[in-house]
Amino acid sequence: MTDSTKHTILENPTRGLLRFFTAGSVDDGKSTLIGRLLYDTKSIFEDQYEAIKNTSELRGEENVNLALLTDGLRAEREQGITIDVAYRYFSTPRRKFIIADTPGHIQYTRNMITGSSTANLAIIMVDARHGIIEQTCRHTLITSLIGIRHIIVCINKMDLVDYKEEVFEKIRADFEKFSSKLEVVDVQFIPISALNGDNLVEKSKHMPWYGGSTLLYQLENIHVASDENLIDCRFPVQYVIRPQTDEYHDYRGYAGKVAGGIFKKGDSVVVLPSGLSSKIKAINTFDGELDEATPGMSVTILLEDNIDISRGDMLVREHNKPKTEQDIELMVCWLNEKKLTVGAKYAIKHTTQDARCVVKEVLYKVNINTLHRIEDDKEIKLNDIGRITIRTTKSLYFDSYRKNRHTGSLILIDEATNETVGAGMIL
Amino acid sequence: MHANTRHLEELESEAIYVLREVAAQFEKTALLFSGGKDSIVVSYLARKAFWPAKMPFALMHIDTGHNFEETITYRDEWVKKIDARLIVRYVQDSIDKGRVKEETGYNASRNLLQTVTLLDAIEELKLDACIGGARRDEEKARAKERFFSHRDEFGQWNPKNQRPELWDLFNGKKNMGEHFRVFPLSNWTELDVWQYIKDENIPIPSIYYTHERECLSRDGQLLAKSPFIKLKENEKYEKQIVRFRTIGDMTCTGAVLSKAATIDEVIEEVAASRVTERGTRSDDKRSEAAMEDRKKAGYF
Repeated sequence: MTDSTKHTILENPTRGLLRFFTAGSVDDGKSTLIGRLLYDTKSIFEDQYEAIKNTSELRGEENVNLALLTDGLRAEREQGITIDVAYRYFSTPRRKFIIADTPGHIQYTRNMITGSSTANLAIIMVDARHGIIEQTCRHTLITSLIGIRHIIVCINKMDLVDYKEEVFEKIRADFEKFSSKLEVVDVQFIPISALNGDNLVEKSKHMPWYGGSTLLYQLENIHVASDENLIDCRFPVQYVIRPQTDEYHDYRGYAGKVAGGIFKKGDSVVVLPSGLSSKIKAINTFDGELDEATPGMSVTILLEDNIDISRGDMLVREHNKPKTEQDIELMVCWLNEKKLTVGAKYAIKHTTQDARCVVKEVLYKVNINTLHRIEDDKEIKLNDIGRITIRTTKSLYFDSYRKNRHTGSLILIDEATNETVGAGMIL
Repeated sequence: MHANTRHLEELESEAIYVLREVAAQFEKTALLFSGGKDSIVVSYLARKAFWPAKMPFALMHIDTGHNFEETITYRDEWVKKIDARLIVRYVQDSIDKGRVKEETGYNASRNLLQTVTLLDAIEELKLDACIGGARRDEEKARAKERFFSHRDEFGQWNPKNQRPELWDLFNGKKNMGEHFRVFPLSNWTELDVWQYIKDENIPIPSIYYTHERECLSRDGQLLAKSPFIKLKENEKYEKQIVRFRTIGDMTCTGAVLSKAATIDEVIEEVAASRVTERGTRSDDKRSEAAMEDRKKAGYF
C-alpha cells in the first residue's frame, strides 16, 4: 500500500455520509466489488489482506480473492445461521461511506428491505454474461419500492465478454426498458470488472469506448442532500426536556430530529393533535442557538407559548399539514415466519408515536419478480410484499412514503413476541 | 462546529437521536462507562442530548479493581464536568460473594469476570437498558449488531434472532426481566471517534498520550507495571516511552511504543496504523517481501 494512505484518511471528508446498499449474489461479484472498494481506498488492515492472500494461495487461486473479506456471510450460510445485513465502512478524502451489505436471494428480501431502508443509493450488480435476469428485476423493484432515488447498475465481469461495448449497450437498453415502469429518478450504468478493478477506482484501459466516470467517482460526487423533503415541515416530538433547576426554571424544550422541511426561529407552527398555534422562540443545541434546522438534525425547539406537548406530537405549519387519519393504506413487507393475519392486532411504531392497529384487508400481493398483482393468493408470508389496509387506535400524522420517508414509514410489532414483523410504507 | 467534517455532524445527530430514544422508551437505564475513549464520547453525547437538563441515566463503571490510577482520577472529574451520576459495581464484591472465582496463574485477568458483575448489577438495579460505546467497525461479528440489541432474561444475545431494524424506528419492546443494549456509536469508526474528540476538544485520560512507564514485555504485549502482575523468573520491568490505544483492565491492556503527545499526533498514528502498525505479523511479512526483492536483485 502506498504513502498516500495517511492523507486519504486524514483529510476531512466534505460531503458528509453516503449510505448505500449493494444488491446481488456472490456469483455476481458483489463481495469482490466490496472487497475491491475497501482495498483500493486503503480501508483494509494489512494483516487482513495478508490473511486472505494466504487463503487464496492455498486454494490455488491466481489473484488475491477479495471476496474473502466479506466471507463472514458465507460461513454463516454454511452453519445455517440467518444471513443478515452487515455494515461496512470506508472513507475517501471527499466522503465517508456506509455500506449495507445484503444478501440478494429471494429468501432474503427482508434483509434487503432492512439494509436499504436507510440508504440513499443502490448498487445493482449485473453479470455481463447473463444480462438482466429475474434477480435484477427483483432488486430494482425493491429499490424503487423502498424509495431509493439513485441507482448505479454495475455491469460486471466485462473481462469475460472481451470488454465489448455491444454487450454493455444491450444490457443498458434492456434495463432501461424494464425500469421505465418504475419510479427511479437517477440511473447510471458502469461497465466494470470487480476482479481486475476496471472502472472502480481507476479508469479501465480495456474500455476506451466508455466515456463515463468510475464507480468511486460517482459515489463520491452523487448529490443526495436534496433527497430529503425540504418543503413540508415535520417535527415529531421525541422527548420533552425539562431541567427543573433554578437556572432553567421554566424551560420546556421539545427535542427531536427534523423529519421534513426547514424550521426557522420566529416561524409560526401548529401542534398536532391539539391544533394550537405558537411561534418558535429558539432552536437550541448544546453548542448554541441555531437560526434554522434542516432534515436529519437533532435539535431542541422552544415555543413562545406554554402549550401541553408530549412525545408523539408533531410540529407542522398552518397551511401544510400531514394527513391525520386512522384508516391507512400501505405496502407492507413481511419480516416474520408467522404470517400476517387479517383481523389480527399489531403494535405500531410510526415517527415517535406508539399505537396499535388491526389489519382490515389484504388488497393484493406483489409478484416481486414481475411487479404483477397477485389477487388470488392473499396470504402474506415471510419475504412477501403486499398492499393492505389497517385501522389504528388513534390518528397518525403521516405523509405518503414517496413524499417523505420519515413520516411515511411504520413498523408492525407482534404483541406476543415483541418482534418487528412488518415494514410498512404508507401510500 | 465541524466545519470540514460534515459526516461527524451527521453521526452526532444520529447518536443524539438514539440516546433520546432510549430515554423515551426505557425506564431505568445505565450508561456503561469504562473511562475509555468510546464511553467518554457516548457520555459526552448524552450530555449534549439532554442539555440543559441532566442526562436521565447514571454512568455505571464495572470496576475490576485493576485500574490505571489515571483512569479513576479522570472518571471522577469527568462525572462532575458533565453533571452525571456515577454507579460503581466491583468485581471484588462478586469474588467475595463467591459469584465468580478469581483466575490464577501468570495471565490471570478479571476481564471475563466483569460479565457476572454486570449482569448482577442489571438485576439488582432492575435496569431495562444499558448504553455502550461499541462500534460496528470493531470486528466482523459486530458488523451485524443493531442499535437496539435485545437481551433475554439471562442477558444473552441471540444473533440468530435479531429484530430487523428499519429506518429510524427502534423497537425497544420487551418482556419482564429482559433488557436492551444500545449502541449509539454503531456507525462510527475508530478514526471518527478520535476526530470527534479533537473537534469537540474533549478531555481524555492522560495515558492515551505518550509517557514514560515501566513495562513488561510478554507474549508480544507491553503490560504496564502493576501489583496485579506476577513476574516469571526471567521477566523484568523496563522503562519505555509508551501510550495506550485502549483503556481497560491493567492486566490485559497493552501499551504501544509511541511518542504521540498531542491529539493530532494520536490521530496521525491511528490513521497510519491502518497500514503499518498491525503487530509483528505484518512486520514479518514485510521483511519476507524485502527478502524477495533482495533475491531478485541478485542476493544469493
